[in-house]
Amino acid sequence: MIELDNVSKSFVVRRRAGRLRRARTVVPACEGISFTVRAGEFVGYLGPNGAGKSTTIKMLTGILTPSSGSVRVAGLDPSRQRTTLARRIGVVFGQRTTLWWDLPLRDSLALVRHLYRIDARDHQARLAALIDLLDLGPFLDTPVRQLSLGQRMRGDLTAALLHEPELLVLDEPTIGLDVVTKATVRSFLEQLNTERGTTILLTTHDLGDIERLCRRVMIIDRGRLAYDGDLDRLRATAHAERMLVVELERPGPPVEVPGARFVRSDGPRQWLVIASGTNAATVVADVAARYEVADIALREPDIEDVVTRLYRRGALAPSLRHDQIMHPGR
Amino acid sequence: MIYVWVTWYAMRRYAAYRIGALSEAVTNTVFGFLRAYILIALWQARPALGGYDVADAVTFCFLTQALIGPVQIFGGMELTERIRTGDVAIDLYRPVDLQGWWLADDLGRAAFALAFRSGPPLLTGLLVFHLSPPGPVTWAAFAVAVALAMLVGFGVRYVAAMCVFWLHDDRGVQALSLVAAMFFSGLLLPLVVFPGLLGVVADHLPWAALIQVPADVFLGKASYFGLHGTAGLLAAYGFQAFWAVVLLAAGRMLTVAARRKLVIHGG
Amino acid sequence: MYGLLAWTWLRAAAQYPVSMVLLAVGAAVVTGLDLAAIALMFARAPRIAGFTAPEVMFLYGTSGLSFALADVFLGTADRLGQHVRQGTLDAMLVRPVSPLIQIATEDFSPRRLGKLIPTLAVLIAVIPRLDVSWTPLRALLVPVMIGAGFAIFSALWVLTAAVQFVIIDGHQATKAVTYGGGFLTQYPLGIFGRDFVRGLTFVIPLAFVNWEPSLYVFGRADPLGLPTPVRFASPVVAALLCGIAALAWRSGLRHYRSTGS
Repeated sequence: MIELDNVSKSFVVRRRAGRLRRARTVVPACEGISFTVRAGEFVGYLGPNGAGKSTTIKMLTGILTPSSGSVRVAGLDPSRQRTTLARRIGVVFGQRTTLWWDLPLRDSLALVRHLYRIDARDHQARLAALIDLLDLGPFLDTPVRQLSLGQRMRGDLTAALLHEPELLVLDEPTIGLDVVTKATVRSFLEQLNTERGTTILLTTHDLGDIERLCRRVMIIDRGRLAYDGDLDRLRATAHAERMLVVELERPGPPVEVPGARFVRSDGPRQWLVIASGTNAATVVADVAARYEVADIALREPDIEDVVTRLYRRGALAPSLRHDQIMHPGR
Repeated sequence: MIYVWVTWYAMRRYAAYRIGALSEAVTNTVFGFLRAYILIALWQARPALGGYDVADAVTFCFLTQALIGPVQIFGGMELTERIRTGDVAIDLYRPVDLQGWWLADDLGRAAFALAFRSGPPLLTGLLVFHLSPPGPVTWAAFAVAVALAMLVGFGVRYVAAMCVFWLHDDRGVQALSLVAAMFFSGLLLPLVVFPGLLGVVADHLPWAALIQVPADVFLGKASYFGLHGTAGLLAAYGFQAFWAVVLLAAGRMLTVAARRKLVIHGG
Repeated sequence: MYGLLAWTWLRAAAQYPVSMVLLAVGAAVVTGLDLAAIALMFARAPRIAGFTAPEVMFLYGTSGLSFALADVFLGTADRLGQHVRQGTLDAMLVRPVSPLIQIATEDFSPRRLGKLIPTLAVLIAVIPRLDVSWTPLRALLVPVMIGAGFAIFSALWVLTAAVQFVIIDGHQATKAVTYGGGFLTQYPLGIFGRDFVRGLTFVIPLAFVNWEPSLYVFGRADPLGLPTPVRFASPVVAALLCGIAALAWRSGLRHYRSTGS
């Protein structure tokens, strides 16, 4: 569905250098990005601000032309076949709406229908289904500028899906949404992917989205693809540590067992960090054997923690070569 | 004083759109040239029309184009949008006077427009057509007239803006205001061209104070109520001041009424 | 596609019928102001630059109608700079329709049609009053000049939009070309000075909107002394200009798509 091969994009930025002169600097936004997304996948795309996420999205959708490399979406070249491709994909921008500010939602959707040349009957059926799934009824006649963020997002989703695209690209859709709307949007996207087989590329800062929805994750950092693979492998790769929460019968001194490090305690409860590479089962057995334990729980590393480590680390650990990160297990 | 600060801040805000302002200056200058040639053709058919000679007419042209920016002939105010969205409620509850605030803001905008939009049309016109600028006394008198014109301009637009409180859609008012402003300010043709009764009426409407009067002051032809020379100049100021006071007072009343409406009906 | 989109916008605007009518009337009146100015001028002098009132009204009518038609179809195109600034052009690029059509149909409302009223009315009223010996060729030139004028103004609208790909804040300056062009063609170009008219014939071909053909209709000599075939060159000039405009738009869009916003 999506194939990027060694895609790079640089921008020329003119900055003031002194009173009258302008210095030209070439800023690379993306360097040598390659990945493939097959039809039906649900992929998360993460990265710090300014890493190149939006630039990649723009190149995929035809808004921007790459400086070098090849991009193919649904077998088409977005730079040259923009309008043909546009019929087959849907795009949602979280921070800007694709709807028309002063028009009621209903009229915006009518415009969308004409833009995509959707047959009247198909449109009616599809619209009714989406109104139902996303609960658009109450605010269909409200001008878009008066909608709340959550309502607008649902409207944007509808606009992007009216023409039943094969691929849906979302650029930070859950930003600023309340918990309930987030849940609605997430389960809607999940359903879209599993029931209709729509390929979904989700860019987000919200790691909760990723955990809930994606099995595969790509991380971009400073214009390069830093990780492309399973979510679980990501945890392992980043050497994030698992947490053991031990509830003792009585409050006591810090627990000491090989392979575990005491972090903190709160009454009878103690938090221990299991060193990476250590077998968790052994540690649990050790603790249970040496101490009077009321309860034990093993926590997987927080995905936030994982990603932060990757972001912060800059140069990744020397033992992990670029191709190992890129294609673990391949 | 806070109002001085508001004015200063407004100037700086508009200064960020320098390129936009220069763009507007370009268009104003071009239109100045177009209108100048038209008036030249008219004056060739009727020399000394309305007491102007050709040089006066052309100077008038570029003067009026130069004044479009500061006086904001084409109407509109950010206040209108704030009233429409309801944000103005916040403004009304502030301990600062609404009208005073917007007046200070508008003066800042006008000052910036004077600096960036007025220069090019006026200077270009004077240079290309070899017109001689008047002496320093006239410039000073002109400055006073422009200041009064800015007050009148604010007055008109503020009243139009406040009407939005009571009318649901202000676009009708804006359209009407625009037509009146363009026609009666002297922008289309100098009011001296208007024949008979139309001319008399036009001379006494507030829009004449915006462009026609300052232009006449510049040309040294300010006269009202049959007075000429210095007396005429003072009469012209009086005319401008009259409308400024009337419009500002009307604005005041509307502000008070609006505040009352907001408190009683909750916006 | 243009029609479908325009119709949808119209329907949305129709929900406020009173406002719609008022706006249309307002637009008609503002357009009529220029006519009022001409009328006032002729109230003071029977001939201006050697042209009579009906002749100038004819020029006003033809130019005004061409301009109003172009304004109806492409009037909002010069909002391009605004869209680039606000980033809303990207949302348009995601859709399978040319962004030019999307911008041109934006806010399509009867207000645009209101501008046609005074110009059409004047033209219909003034043609019988013209002191012209009508021949089939002269009669044909009238719709031809309106059509060519429409094409020329349309091309200018697109050009001024394309310029804003590069000079994003240049919108106000482009009004000098579009609205300025519409304004000056209401008058006999002879009043604008020789060099200016040359510029309007060879650089920005506004002279072909109504001036050159009208010279033939009125049976007047060309102040510039250009040969007779030039009177009939409007359609060719219009086609050329449209081609240039199309190229400019496409290269502007290509530039935007390679440098982003």
